[in-house]
Amino acid sequence: MSSLHEHLPILQILVPLFGAVFAALTRSGVVAWGIAAIASAIAPFISAGLLLHIIDTGQPISYVMGAWAAPWGIEYRVDLLNAFILLLISLIGLVSIPYARKSVAAEIDPHKQPWFYTMYLLCLAGLLGIVITGDAFNAFVFLEISSLATYTLIALGRHRRALLSAYQYLIMGTIGATFYIIGVGLLYVATGTLNFTDLAARLGPAMQTYPEPILAALAFMTVGISLKLALFPLHVWLPNAYAYAPSFATSFLAGTATKAAIYLLIRIHFSVFGTHIVLKTVPIEEVILLLSLAAMFIASFAAIFEANAKRMLAYSSVAQIGYITLGIALANKMGLAGSLVHVFNHAIMKTALFFALGAMVYRTGMAGMTGLSGIGRKMPITTAAFVIAGLGLIGVPGTAGFISKWYLAIGAIDHGWTWLVFLIVLSSLLAVIYVGRFIEIAYFREPSAELASAREPPTSMLAPLITLAAATIYLGFDTRLTGGVAMRIAEYLLGGT
Amino acid sequence: MTGWEVAADHYNYYVTIFLMVAGLYIVIARGNMIKKLVGLGLFQTSVYLLYLAPGRIIGGTAPIYDKNYEVYSNPLPHVLMLTAIVVGVATLAVGLALVVRISEEYGTIDEDEIFAKDEDQ
Amino acid sequence: MKFDLILRVGTKLMLPFILIFAPYVHFHGDYGPGGGFQAGVIIAAAFILYAMVFGLDAAKRIAPQSVIDRLLPVGVLIFAAAGLPAIVSGQGRFLDFGVYGHDFLHAHEWGILIVETGVIVTVASTMLAIFYAFADRGRQ
Repeated sequence: MSSLHEHLPILQILVPLFGAVFAALTRSGVVAWGIAAIASAIAPFISAGLLLHIIDTGQPISYVMGAWAAPWGIEYRVDLLNAFILLLISLIGLVSIPYARKSVAAEIDPHKQPWFYTMYLLCLAGLLGIVITGDAFNAFVFLEISSLATYTLIALGRHRRALLSAYQYLIMGTIGATFYIIGVGLLYVATGTLNFTDLAARLGPAMQTYPEPILAALAFMTVGISLKLALFPLHVWLPNAYAYAPSFATSFLAGTATKAAIYLLIRIHFSVFGTHIVLKTVPIEEVILLLSLAAMFIASFAAIFEANAKRMLAYSSVAQIGYITLGIALANKMGLAGSLVHVFNHAIMKTALFFALGAMVYRTGMAGMTGLSGIGRKMPITTAAFVIAGLGLIGVPGTAGFISKWYLAIGAIDHGWTWLVFLIVLSSLLAVIYVGRFIEIAYFREPSAELASAREPPTSMLAPLITLAAATIYLGFDTRLTGGVAMRIAEYLLGGT
Repeated sequence: MTGWEVAADHYNYYVTIFLMVAGLYIVIARGNMIKKLVGLGLFQTSVYLLYLAPGRIIGGTAPIYDKNYEVYSNPLPHVLMLTAIVVGVATLAVGLALVVRISEEYGTIDEDEIFAKDEDQ
Repeated sequence: MKFDLILRVGTKLMLPFILIFAPYVHFHGDYGPGGGFQAGVIIAAAFILYAMVFGLDAAKRIAPQSVIDRLLPVGVLIFAAAGLPAIVSGQGRFLDFGVYGHDFLHAHEWGILIVETGVIVTVASTMLAIFYAFADRGRQ
């Protein structure tokens, strides 16, 4: 068993990858779902094993492949930050898979279903790979693997606008990834290495001789990754992509795709470059702060005026990503911890919201808000779960969202910007408006005629939804996993430089 | 070396920047979807040049082992760019497949006409 | 095009050489430009040339769609499985080619050859599958 334990980092990638290969060999949607279920079920155990190992020993795990030692070879380096995000992504995958069975069967053609599950598993492998790798170019390769799989997942939506959204995301996503690779190239020319830990060691001396390429690299990488994590104003692809993709794809991607990009941003800013370069030379943190505030307010406003419920939730995602980057911009212990806690909480809440909406689409075929009038009477449990997750988005005390906003507020006060707390509360009020709009439509109107046949979704879709809604409340009270680990990560990231 | 000589020596960077900016301009300014993909390919090509040109060691030969030579050019950028080329080809393939499907669904591949058709709906 | 005598005879003469050139490029990837990706594209080019001259139906009789669809993941499987013997035998980490030979040079040569074979299979079937998908579109 110890030998298996030693190979856990590579197994984290190999399990979804082999799953994708086997899913592509089948011709039946149900068998492909089974393979995806097995792969998604094994992945969280591997992530949990890695996380427990790191918490026990306190040392990062380093896994070198192909008999070439780092920094010449590719190294998978798992420390507390990686393991935290790995656990999040694999848990979202695990929770989504039971939901997928009925949802995919209803929305995708039968002969395309095996390829759909192949793409899902490749996306999972790519996202896990971005998080686990310790090599800058390897991160680009996994980024493109997950992105190409995402474009295909989105393009399989029913409406013809899904194709257009996938194309738009393809153009913007490839430009973002190419910007990232330009940054990596400039770093390689300046330092001669691609390994994250080696770069961190060499960047200090290299800044004396080549300050301009390194700062240009920082700028390119930040812009490229911001395109992937949908930071305002580079978020244009997200509302269309989330609105027209199949419900299962939207739910899975909303919880994972942007989070992997956020991990990459945190890793680049705090581990590779370090606070002494990022904070002292160029005003990157001020720029990200301004863009985060813009995201929080403008995207929330856009969500208020949306008629389609999926697009409303997509704009809400852009706003919540603004909160996460706000914590990164604050760059102190509580701010960064608040970011990481919100990464976890937002993934859970947003996936729950999209599950609920997908269940409503499954039963009624409609995602427009007017079409869903009175849905609260017909699908009470689903709508109740939606309300709980929505309250989490707002940040009501007792839900997970409150914890992350609390940490962010303390981080703002620590930095000396007390006016930021006022802005955080103000944007939460905007969230009250758009969540409240849906609650009003769902509960306080008469069910429309099209909803006559609506009833609760099947258990395979209801169980993940209730699990995530319960997790939203549970994580609002027990913060050992999210808050405790996040604070340790923030200390480690800020103290180590 | 005078400033002019140093500037002229860096002509590979000028070509890289020109390709980069030209590619980005085509992506933004052209409405035809296939032209956008062509611009994207041009943008990615400039990145290959960005990696390969600094990898050339003066006096070095091609990075394939031979007993007659001592100094080789850096092989790592070549390997990295092989990977990047494959990624670019895969992106082009997915993009073209999307364009084929869009042209079937909408009847046109010009972005302005497609947005107009979507507005009418 | 299948009624043009020169094209037909010329293609039939050239196809074997194209197909032999692909393994040549593959095996000489160690000593010159080449390797799995290029060889895979050359194999696919041979099939596509046949399809262009003799028609898509003739090509589909030789390389049926279902076989190509199954070959796509098989190449990835070969590549990933080539990295596994090191883990299974307990001698090293993933993609550690030391298990394939007695010394470093030969072991790595074998490892790269196996891995590139997987690449050939995947690249050739992908190119052919893309050609089939696009060529089929206009025929309805």
